Amino acid sequence: MSTIIKNKTKIITETSGFPSKDVMLDLKDLKKIYPTPKGDYVVLEDLNLQIRKEEFVTIIGHSGCGKTTMLSMIAGLNPISGGNISVLGKHIKGPGPDRGVIFQAPSLMPWMTALQNVLLGVNQVFPDATKSQRNDVAKYYLQKVGLEDAFNKRASELSQGMQQRVGIARAFAIKPKVLLLDEPFGMLDSLTRGELQDILIEIWNKEKITAVMITHDVDEAIFLADRVVMMTSGPKAKIGDVLDIDFERPRTRKSVLEHNDYYKYRKHLIDFLEH
Amino acid sequence: MKQSLTLGKVTKFMGLGFLTTIKDLFTGKLEKEDFKNFLRKVVVPIASILLFIGLWHMGSKSLYNIEAEFKIEKALNDQGPAAAEALRTCIASGDSSCQPNTLPSPSQVWSSYQSLLRDHNIISADKAAFIEKTAALNEKRLAEGKDAIVYTGRPSFVDQIFRSLQTVFAGFLLALLIAVPLGIFIGLSPTLKSSFNWFIQIFKPVSPVVWYLLVFMIVKTLLIGSSEDSSFTISFISVGLCSMWATLVNTAMGVSSVDKDYINVAKVLKLGPFQKIFKVVLPSSLPLIFTGLKITLSVAWMVLIAIELLAQSPGLGLFVWEEFQNGANDSNAKIIVAMFVIGIIGFLLDRLMLTIQNWVSFDKTDAI
Repeated sequence: MSTIIKNKTKIITETSGFPSKDVMLDLKDLKKIYPTPKGDYVVLEDLNLQIRKEEFVTIIGHSGCGKTTMLSMIAGLNPISGGNISVLGKHIKGPGPDRGVIFQAPSLMPWMTALQNVLLGVNQVFPDATKSQRNDVAKYYLQKVGLEDAFNKRASELSQGMQQRVGIARAFAIKPKVLLLDEPFGMLDSLTRGELQDILIEIWNKEKITAVMITHDVDEAIFLADRVVMMTSGPKAKIGDVLDIDFERPRTRKSVLEHNDYYKYRKHLIDFLEH
Repeated sequence: MKQSLTLGKVTKFMGLGFLTTIKDLFTGKLEKEDFKNFLRKVVVPIASILLFIGLWHMGSKSLYNIEAEFKIEKALNDQGPAAAEALRTCIASGDSSCQPNTLPSPSQVWSSYQSLLRDHNIISADKAAFIEKTAALNEKRLAEGKDAIVYTGRPSFVDQIFRSLQTVFAGFLLALLIAVPLGIFIGLSPTLKSSFNWFIQIFKPVSPVVWYLLVFMIVKTLLIGSSEDSSFTISFISVGLCSMWATLVNTAMGVSSVDKDYINVAKVLKLGPFQKIFKVVLPSSLPLIFTGLKITLSVAWMVLIAIELLAQSPGLGLFVWEEFQNGANDSNAKIIVAMFVIGIIGFLLDRLMLTIQNWVSFDKTDAI
């Protein structure tokens, strides 16, 4: 317990050290309270986190610790009880396409084709572009996720993994400032998960969109992230520890697995989770 | 091969899958392992129809005997043995003047059906002749700015069927135009939902007869001074109001229970209200809306008969009522014919809705 508290003070001094022009996403004294008949239930309390531009952060923690609550607050889908969230110094008000979300369930409209699903976002974000320009954008990202043969397939005809690929294309195609990923591969089998991690990191290497991703998978957290944020168990969850991952980019799975520090990082995360 | 594949698809699409099995039987495509399937899908249904007709036949025969015995007994008591004997021979001879009036047998119903068809052919011929005869005259009258002369003879049974279908579709359309938009608004807004809930709960169980009377009161006053026959207007409005509730409730439920993930996507993408309704909410609630519409159409068809009867609006309902009042020898058989026609048309309407539903809805699971 004492190490956690010590870590926390360390983080606060550390994160406040970023020059403010480098900060993309800033969570300040963030609080979430659900009122219940037996009094308030505090999910998150005094949570502080700064995420730099072009940074990929993964968040790891036990089930029910409030990770998803935090992410949906950043997305604007869940009201903030206290503190504030700002993107590029501006406080957020409700959801918006500047924060793209890849949900745990693919959440595609099953009656639309893959292309229509991506266009739904693209049309909204680029209303002034011509129709063919918007089509090109949507097709470009579908190609990037390997769905060039499935433009006109209905979402309901695609496998779960393919659907999540469309979800990735949809999120990148609206060119958000921040990308929020809520355990996007949690429902997939491990082979498909690996494939999609590769696809995700490949697009991300090109676009460098600031990303916050929740995961349960320690290997996934290390492979994708610049920093892994560990959350303590709820109620009153806060940030327990932060681990910088110093692998150079672009990374390959092989180079990461063979890196000397890999098992050190892995042990650090598992020690925290089993604490 | 290709042709039978399409037939199979089409019939399955319409929920008439058993037709393919029958076709396979005649083209000799049935494998041995399909035999059980064939038994279940073709033999058993046909056997059950035959059993039904057999039971009906025996039932009507015994009712006929009870009625005949009673008639003879009564003649014996009132008029003496000679009259009773005369009646007995009369009944046995099958003379139509003295037949007992009871549930008609299947064969009587069949012959009534054929006589109704003959009647229709005669009336159609009459009508065609009339139109031909008045064509030249009507042209002249129209040129002079007068109304054309129209055929005003008695409508045939088939005419009544088409009239009933017109009424039911007009009523259904009215129900659709009221219930779907209203259901969407109610489903979208919890405030509207709670303010409309009492309204729906109170009016939903009201009987078709009362709806008819209510519509009659209003339409009668609105059309005061108009010489037009208001019975069609009154009956289709009553049918619509009676049957719209299932669609209203289902639409509201479908709209308010759209998957939260879809709503979140709409929020993140900041879709406007118009786009949200037409791109997300409506498509996702289509299956439920169609379930409602299917119930509405079948309710509309069911209450139509009672409402036509009350409104004296031409159609199957009026036909049934007139035959009942008429009390002629074959009236009962004609009523049974009307009953089967009503049932079969109701079934076909249901299949029609199912086909449209399968066509427009993304949810390709078999809805029954």
